[in-house]
Amino acid sequence: MQTEPAIEVHRLRKAFRDQLALDDVSFEVAPGTVFGLLGPNGAGKTTIVRILTTLLQPDAGSARLLGIDVHRHPAAVRRRIGLAGQYATVDPNLTGRENLRLIGRLSRLPRAVFRARADDLLDRFDLADAANRPVRGYSGGMRRRLDVAAALVSRPAVLFLDEPTTGLDLSSRNGLWGMIRELVTSGTTVVLTTQYLEEADQLADRVAVIDHGRVVADDTPAALKARLGSTVVEFELADGERAAAAQRAAAGLDGGVAVERTDRTVRVRSNDGSRLLLQLVRVLDDAGLPPVSLQVRTPTLDDVFLDLTADGRAATTREPAVAR
Amino acid sequence: MTAGAIARGAGPSRLLAPARDIGAVTWRNLTVLRRVPRLLLFSTVQPLVFVLLFRYVFGGVASASLPGVPYVDFLMPGVFVQVAVFGAMNTAIGLATDVQSGLLERFRSLPMSRSAVLFGRTLADLTRDVLVVALMVAVGFAIGFRIHHGVPAFLGGMLLVLLFGFAMAWVFAVVGLAVGDPESAQAAAFPVLAPLVFASSAFIPVATMPGWLQGFAAHQPVSVTASAVRAAVLGGPIASDAWQAVAWCVGIVAVFAPLGAWLYHRSG
Repeated sequence: MQTEPAIEVHRLRKAFRDQLALDDVSFEVAPGTVFGLLGPNGAGKTTIVRILTTLLQPDAGSARLLGIDVHRHPAAVRRRIGLAGQYATVDPNLTGRENLRLIGRLSRLPRAVFRARADDLLDRFDLADAANRPVRGYSGGMRRRLDVAAALVSRPAVLFLDEPTTGLDLSSRNGLWGMIRELVTSGTTVVLTTQYLEEADQLADRVAVIDHGRVVADDTPAALKARLGSTVVEFELADGERAAAAQRAAAGLDGGVAVERTDRTVRVRSNDGSRLLLQLVRVLDDAGLPPVSLQVRTPTLDDVFLDLTADGRAATTREPAVAR
Repeated sequence: MTAGAIARGAGPSRLLAPARDIGAVTWRNLTVLRRVPRLLLFSTVQPLVFVLLFRYVFGGVASASLPGVPYVDFLMPGVFVQVAVFGAMNTAIGLATDVQSGLLERFRSLPMSRSAVLFGRTLADLTRDVLVVALMVAVGFAIGFRIHHGVPAFLGGMLLVLLFGFAMAWVFAVVGLAVGDPESAQAAAFPVLAPLVFASSAFIPVATMPGWLQGFAAHQPVSVTASAVRAAVLGGPIASDAWQAVAWCVGIVAVFAPLGAWLYHRSG
């Protein structure tokens, strides 16, 4: 029984030229769990993964994987990890089977072992039919599945998945989620980065929200969501003055809601969406403040940032990250 | 876990493991040639066009400055060297492609030998050189090229060509890793390759060049190698040029292999 954390990250700092990529990042990952690194593009998620997978050296701070210092014993760390990067990094000129066997060979596994595992993974990832075709002809989803399969050939104790479902269609995504859950059941520790709150919510036991190279929250998805509310009602009014009045009216509603406004747009969050919507429509109608537009949705990453960061303004100008 | 236990490799085949890694990467790089044969075809078309152009278009002019030697016998040793040098461009493009695709990052995260990626690349390109040079030898014989100094000397000359190609591959491994994308690699390689190949004795006797160029053209590695191979084919004093050429190869690898290794290990 392992009692020490699978990963301990202590006060990591990393700058690229004058750009601070990581600013004092610390967290721990319990063995046999999924840890989500949630944040927008450029927040520092990939930098953390690259440091933990020995590809990058931090300027300061330390990282230990299964008790091994990542910086001092990179070779030992490499024997215990699997990495599926942000882009499907498989060789387009090799077949699916050849790709997996190559990784197995380079992971120094005995021939019989990597051959059997390659076949097994091709089956599990629904690639058996395409196994002998060059990857060049694979769809994006097939490549991505092969990429994750390649990270699993060595049966790593810790698996790193950098935005594993970016660019995947819905069924591929669900299939991949299923495989990740299965892996964790068998004791693997998984670190995954994502821009999607829903993905972190579905998979992760614990989520660190990363913004501008800092950990702005480190909690269970349930706790994060409780903070956010399960439903967001967003409506727009004709002008800022009316929006301010609507914001005041909405703030008077009961049910523990949070109300934010950016210019003409008002955002109300709640854990009881349908009741909130009924109340809200009534209150706005009574006050003579008909919305120009109105939508009800689940919280997105932008909402997390509005909530967690002081400069919500900056968060909203980022590339929109929409939960699918 | 103690540091000793952490650092120790797995299995009894620890000494063989790096060689097996290099073999695996070399095989991977050569698979491209099997899967996309037109890549090999294209890299033979260009030297083929060169041979025919030089032999039949410039041949007449060039012969005038080469009393007693058929131009085709002067030309072909230069062509073999040129093929090996231009082949090194594949090293730059191949590595740059792997940098861009992220495959190199995956390799760096594996517990494989750290030298395997570079050796696997340069050895695969050496294998390709063998094929292309052999083809050019056949073409040469078809258009009148003859060896005058015996087969062993000729084969020795071919070995020198391949050694030089291997050394140049390390130069272009550095270029490929430094630029990091195949288009830039090609663009960066050509301005280096063109003067080396053309301001040399590969196709034209150095004596026909202006004086200020002769100093460079006579002593740069492509010329030295071409002269050595030419001596091996036509007869004449081989040793001096051959040793100079070998010295160039050793020197080039001694500088560029560590530089390439450093670029590969460099993180961030």
